[in-house]
Amino acid sequence: MSAPAMPGKLAGIMPVRSEPFGLRHYLICLKGVVLRECLRFLHQRERFISSLVRPLVWLFIFAAGFRQVLGVSIIPPYKTYVLYEVYITPGLCGMILLFSGMQSSLSMVYDREMGNMRILLVSPFPRWFLLVSKMLAGVAVSIVQVYAFLIVAWLWGVKAPPLGYLYVLPALFLSGMMLCALGMLLSSLIKQLENFAGIMNFVIFPGYFASPALYPLWRIQEASPLLYKICLCNPFTYAVELIRFAFYGQIEWLSLGVVAGCTLLFLGGAIIAYDPSRGLVIRKQDMGGNA
Amino acid sequence: MQKRACAFAILAAGLTASPASAYTAYVSNEKDNTMTVVDTATMQVVKTVEVGQRPRGITISHDGKFVYLCASDDDTVQIIDTATLEIVGTLPSGPDPELFVLSPDGKTLYVANEDDNLVTAIDVESKQVLAEIPVGVEPEGMGVSPDGKTMVNTSETTSMAHFIDTGTHEVTDNVLVDTRPRFADFKPDGSQVWVSAEVGGTVSVIDNAKREVVKKIQFAIQGLRAETIQPVGIAITADGKKAYVALGPANHVAVINTDTYEVEKYILVGQRVWHLAFTPDQKTLITTNGNSNDITFIDTATDEPVQSLTVGQQPWGVVISPK
Repeated sequence: MSAPAMPGKLAGIMPVRSEPFGLRHYLICLKGVVLRECLRFLHQRERFISSLVRPLVWLFIFAAGFRQVLGVSIIPPYKTYVLYEVYITPGLCGMILLFSGMQSSLSMVYDREMGNMRILLVSPFPRWFLLVSKMLAGVAVSIVQVYAFLIVAWLWGVKAPPLGYLYVLPALFLSGMMLCALGMLLSSLIKQLENFAGIMNFVIFPGYFASPALYPLWRIQEASPLLYKICLCNPFTYAVELIRFAFYGQIEWLSLGVVAGCTLLFLGGAIIAYDPSRGLVIRKQDMGGNA
Repeated sequence: MQKRACAFAILAAGLTASPASAYTAYVSNEKDNTMTVVDTATMQVVKTVEVGQRPRGITISHDGKFVYLCASDDDTVQIIDTATLEIVGTLPSGPDPELFVLSPDGKTLYVANEDDNLVTAIDVESKQVLAEIPVGVEPEGMGVSPDGKTMVNTSETTSMAHFIDTGTHEVTDNVLVDTRPRFADFKPDGSQVWVSAEVGGTVSVIDNAKREVVKKIQFAIQGLRAETIQPVGIAITADGKKAYVALGPANHVAVINTDTYEVEKYILVGQRVWHLAFTPDQKTLITTNGNSNDITFIDTATDEPVQSLTVGQQPWGVVISPK
């Protein structure tokens, strides 16, 4: 792992380091990647506002309309009756992470098409580290968005226990990592930016609606046992439940296990997909360069 | 040895640190003819006791030794020993007793007989009927002034609050309120009587000295049709500053500032919330939610619902032990 994989043509330009990188070097690289992502996010005000508006539209309008329709019942982690707004808030946090994760995958495709990715990929650090750094950057940006949303929701009167806002942080982080890793894996499969619409239709919407983000799963089970099983196969289901329980200071172990497992699986897949020796990326890089 | 001492110390600390509000709540379950006994500290069911048919109104002696329960379809009031949770006797309530109130001295029980248009006064000690007072049609709500001199009964069909002198057992004043008055509660200083009207959807505040309505409180919950708001149970805090009103099928409890008569908050609870009771320390309010078969604990400091607990079928009334 310590010997960085470098494309052959660069070997002549950059001096080859004989000693392995220290922790400090890794941190500098991580900082660079995270700062770039944050800068990009800050410079795109529209992106920030739209990332905030999307869940708020659901909270203000959708939740108001469905307040009575979906009725009340007590399911864990809730100890008493909650309003529909309270129920969907963890789901909307998951929605922000989902869209944000996919957006960072979109940015990977964009980078590849524009040739920016080369700057990242010629870095002498191991590929897995670069990918993880990129994901950490994506997750950091999503978490900022989630907390911005939670502040507005709090002002709207949708409140979780005060400590819940702290407990939810690790759950948001892990769920964000899983969704970013999924986005990363998908980005390796998309050839062109235009294909992102496919991601919307085939990943984001089914993932979001076939989950307990908007309605409790027992409701889905009532309607269709098959759909219920599909929901149980959806990793996003577990991300939402992990976040929901964390708000109330509880750990949902099944969700934690599934989310952690999926994170490792997707991350492993992305590392393999972006591994230059497998040829997957090189082929696409050529396409990107030609575009 | 030291380890064991340490464990004991922790155990002792744990025991003494347990919240002081360990009271017992008794909930009457209208449909399955039981009474649920609940620990208010752990918010868990302790025991379920079989009682008479259609138990509704429930109250407790001031020393906490006996629970009185209206077994409506058995046409009797049952006396339950709180130590053994066994039925130890009955009181001659007259037919179909629904709701009652115990006088401040704990000696007289005033019972509303829904089918006979009567209020029956019973001496608890001798178990004798002291008086039968004719009132309006379908009497239900019962309230007694803190000094014990005045009793108020509301009649559902007549839509009146009848003020009764407890010395002469005669109706002295009748005050017209909104349709289907269900419940009457005196403010702790005795200055006002609050009467809820189920169909009218209001709470009338009656001045006890003038015997006239001084304020009608209306309710509106965002997103709910007006007809679902049916005020029933009322509970006024011991300091007289806040009143809680159960809004029936609206599934909410309204919190009212008794100075301004403004509704400050609506608290979401279970379905068809019916009656309310404070713990003696006034820190917790318990609501009975008939259609969702549960009770909800509300923290009165924050007015937030804390937990809901499933009890028997169609919980109707609730009373909490004074100790």
